[in-house]
Amino acid sequence: MKHHQFKTIGIGVAFSPNLKANIYEAARLAVFFQSKLILIHVGEGDASKLEVIETHLGAFSDRELDYEVLFEPGDPVNVILETVFRKNIDLLILGALQREKLIQFYIGSIARKITRKARCAVLLHINPSVQRIPCRHIVVNGMKSEASAKTITSAFYVANRLGSDRLTIVEEISQEEVAVKVEDDKTLRKSTLIRERLRRRESLRVAKIIESVPDELKQGVTITSQPIFGRRGYSIGHYAELVRADLLILNSPGKSALIDRLFPHDNEYILKDLPTDVLILP
Amino acid sequence: MTPKTNKFATFLKAVPRNIFSGFVVSLIALPLCLGLAMASDAPPIAGIIAAVVGGVIVSMLGGSHVTITGPGNGMVGVILIAVTTLGLEATYAAVIVSGVLVLLLGFLRMGKLADFFPSTAIQGMLAAIGLIILGKQFHVMLGNRISRPSSIDYIVEIPQTIISVFTFESPGLIYAALVGVISLLILVYYPKIRNKYLQLIPAPMWLVLLSVAFSYFMELVLKAPNPIHPDYMLSGIPPPAKIFSQLPTPDFGKIGGPPFWLSVLALTLIASIESLLSIKAVDKLDPQRRRSNVNKDLKALGFATVGSGFLGGINVVTVIARSSVNVNNGASNRSSNLFQAMFLTIFIVLFSAQLYRIPLPALMAILVFTGYKLASPGNIGRILKIGKEQLIIFFTTLLVTLTVDLIMGILSGVVMTLIIHIIIAKNPGLFFRNLQKPNVLMYKEMDSRGYYVSVKHFCSFLNFFKLKQKLDIIPEQSDVVVDFSLCKFVDHTVMENLNDYQSDFAGRGGNFEVIGLDLHDTKSGHPFALRKLIPGRPSIEKNLTKRQYTLKEVADDYQLNYAFESIEDVSFIEDFLYFRTKQIQQVYNQLFNDMASFRIFDLIFSEGAFIAREVVRTTMLHIELEKELPIFTLDREGFLEKVYAFAGFKDIPIENHSDFSKRFYLLGEDESAIKEFFDDTLVHFFESNPYYHIESNGHSLLLFGKERLAGIKEIKAMLDFGKRLKEVIDKRSIS
Repeated sequence: MKHHQFKTIGIGVAFSPNLKANIYEAARLAVFFQSKLILIHVGEGDASKLEVIETHLGAFSDRELDYEVLFEPGDPVNVILETVFRKNIDLLILGALQREKLIQFYIGSIARKITRKARCAVLLHINPSVQRIPCRHIVVNGMKSEASAKTITSAFYVANRLGSDRLTIVEEISQEEVAVKVEDDKTLRKSTLIRERLRRRESLRVAKIIESVPDELKQGVTITSQPIFGRRGYSIGHYAELVRADLLILNSPGKSALIDRLFPHDNEYILKDLPTDVLILP
Repeated sequence: MTPKTNKFATFLKAVPRNIFSGFVVSLIALPLCLGLAMASDAPPIAGIIAAVVGGVIVSMLGGSHVTITGPGNGMVGVILIAVTTLGLEATYAAVIVSGVLVLLLGFLRMGKLADFFPSTAIQGMLAAIGLIILGKQFHVMLGNRISRPSSIDYIVEIPQTIISVFTFESPGLIYAALVGVISLLILVYYPKIRNKYLQLIPAPMWLVLLSVAFSYFMELVLKAPNPIHPDYMLSGIPPPAKIFSQLPTPDFGKIGGPPFWLSVLALTLIASIESLLSIKAVDKLDPQRRRSNVNKDLKALGFATVGSGFLGGINVVTVIARSSVNVNNGASNRSSNLFQAMFLTIFIVLFSAQLYRIPLPALMAILVFTGYKLASPGNIGRILKIGKEQLIIFFTTLLVTLTVDLIMGILSGVVMTLIIHIIIAKNPGLFFRNLQKPNVLMYKEMDSRGYYVSVKHFCSFLNFFKLKQKLDIIPEQSDVVVDFSLCKFVDHTVMENLNDYQSDFAGRGGNFEVIGLDLHDTKSGHPFALRKLIPGRPSIEKNLTKRQYTLKEVADDYQLNYAFESIEDVSFIEDFLYFRTKQIQQVYNQLFNDMASFRIFDLIFSEGAFIAREVVRTTMLHIELEKELPIFTLDREGFLEKVYAFAGFKDIPIENHSDFSKRFYLLGEDESAIKEFFDDTLVHFFESNPYYHIESNGHSLLLFGKERLAGIKEIKAMLDFGKRLKEVIDKRSIS
């Protein structure tokens, strides 16, 4: 099975207190994935700004980091989306905040807007740090969809590059799938049987996908799978928080219209309440 | 699979007992139905019709098992208002329409409706209903029939009525009052009399029998007219032949007006709440612990109400008092409800002439007593124990219900509860921001096969249905752990309901545990009190939770000491490698032996020193050993992250135990000492026992299961494992 390749990594940089941490995180990822790093600053550029960025990047000078700094004035969302398209960026890193506070609302909402529209993979960092926090445990969504095989394989690729030692594949089973409504003992027995069957079916499906993942990606990674019952796209975040995962990998639900935001579903819930770093794959 | 049983044979076998319990229930139902209908200003027969129609239809179509249906206490206030504002014929129409609505609720699966109301508000409403019944009937009971515009006026005038009894001129009225007082005394003292034969007939039926006997005694022996004033004798029961010819015609003429719909709404709301609460309560009484299909039952009740309305009866609801009598007399299926209806019909057909001999004050004494039980001052004390704030909710609901109406009453209770929650939590955002979010995660833990439910943000009457949905799909025979450590606020309604789940699971062989509340703050010592988490300042110098009380019992059981306080000195575990990259914040809920060489405790630690990472709460066991032992870590294959601190150490294989080596990671520096330490007995012990992560720091052992707090059952397992492990190691070092 093919997986996503992160050949070009992009990051939007703003001159905020988090600048150094953001640059360090992005540079580290670029080194791990051996990819080119493109730093996009929305606004006019000048020599002093460039110097600040280059000083931070100086720490990675001995690790063959290939990078490019772009200054583009304009509307942040449009500029970033346009650059992603023009520069063929595979992975876009955005600083997000765990839960938006009023002052930070603006920046956070830009991150979410981009997430909804971007055609590349998006990594939302909730706690960028100068010091590396090892990414030990990755939780990936194994929900059945066309992209699930690719998503899971990509998760192994990420785990392999980041040196993670544990990967949990979560299958979300929604109540709607268990067509029986529990009302008394009889329906309870029936629905328990159906759930058990669904669970086994899901595990089998995931096991097949894991089998197709190349062995070199699986090396050194402990694989577990866990079926959970809850609301799709939200409960997996709850689970990631509970097991204190370092990274949550999801596949994008596709285009999101206004109505989806009014009646949040799937990934919208996670974006509202980021449990941990989240990587959304296209 | 359960073996196939011949259902019909079991049914037949149970029939005699169901006939008997149906008979006993009908003895209570007869006077109560007459009284409840009269208290609602409907003709007395309307109550009997509701009980008969309800008994027949619900026993055939219902989804519950041992419930009894008929006219309910809660409905009295609503029907009373409907009759006064709409008139009797239009009230029948309102009853029919509300029946259709209840039917709809059943089809829309709104059986969860009752879960949306805070339990204290419901109690306040029930108390108000009790006061309405008591207030109005008290006067009739003492032979002083009055008519006032509002239910408060009736209550206020109770002292005046008591005084006026002593100034009655007419002997007929004095006799009436006397019958009322004697009846009330019989009802109050009946439960205190321990006589097998006396208790065979329920108290309300004694009243009926005694008054009928008295009437015959006057007529046949003394040849004198009944001394009780004729106005205070039961009247208006048509002879059986006439019941069907005198059918009232429901008047749908007022269907366009708002008063009609207000009545319909109130009837529907109260009928469904009363039924749902009763069904839930009866399920708890059912010795077979069956789960009722509430939606199916609602449909049957709605259908029965429509039928009852057309035949001149009032709303059919599930009633708790009669149902509990039903269970106590050995009912085992719905047929007892049918037999109850049949016996009622027989009574009316055979004895309708005798019913005229019942004095009204005797019937009203039954209602006064019922009303008093609903509004008993003892309830207030019970609510106060749960928390002072509950009293505010209770009285708000009570007073608004009495002064305005039932719907406004329950609404004000809901609003007041919400306001109080916001004030206590000091954080309105917590509720509004998270109301919509699905806050419950449930999964089956892969290793223990038990269910684990985690609740986030807050859990109160507003979103309890989400938790309930998850809990309801768990078979009661399984082990469940509900974890509130991520939840900042839990209210009384939830605590009370969880307690119900606990007894449900216990009754059917399962195990239901609530964890993660030990650090939540509460003002009251009651197990159902609301609890909130104060961020940054976890205080445990307060009232204990149920889990903590059980821990205390476990400590006594195992001859250990228990201390809930958090302790400052955590040096005894700090030098374990596991904690090298972690910061221990708190150790609390300790169970320990006298020398503190064996202790089990809850602890909080944070991971990662640089950035405040997720806080972890878990339960661990620490054993201090007398002998030196090598430093090692034993972990199951696949949970590498726990031994991350050992990165670089390699797995030590134990010769001749390939299975052990395959299943466990054994890591440490001094390979030869470890190999020597892990001899056959120890390896066999680990191979044949449940898995724990175990670490040694050279002189003591640390062991734990999951990285979350342990439930009581898990703690016991851990205690047992630790004890046996210690024995194995001690024995070894001697030899």
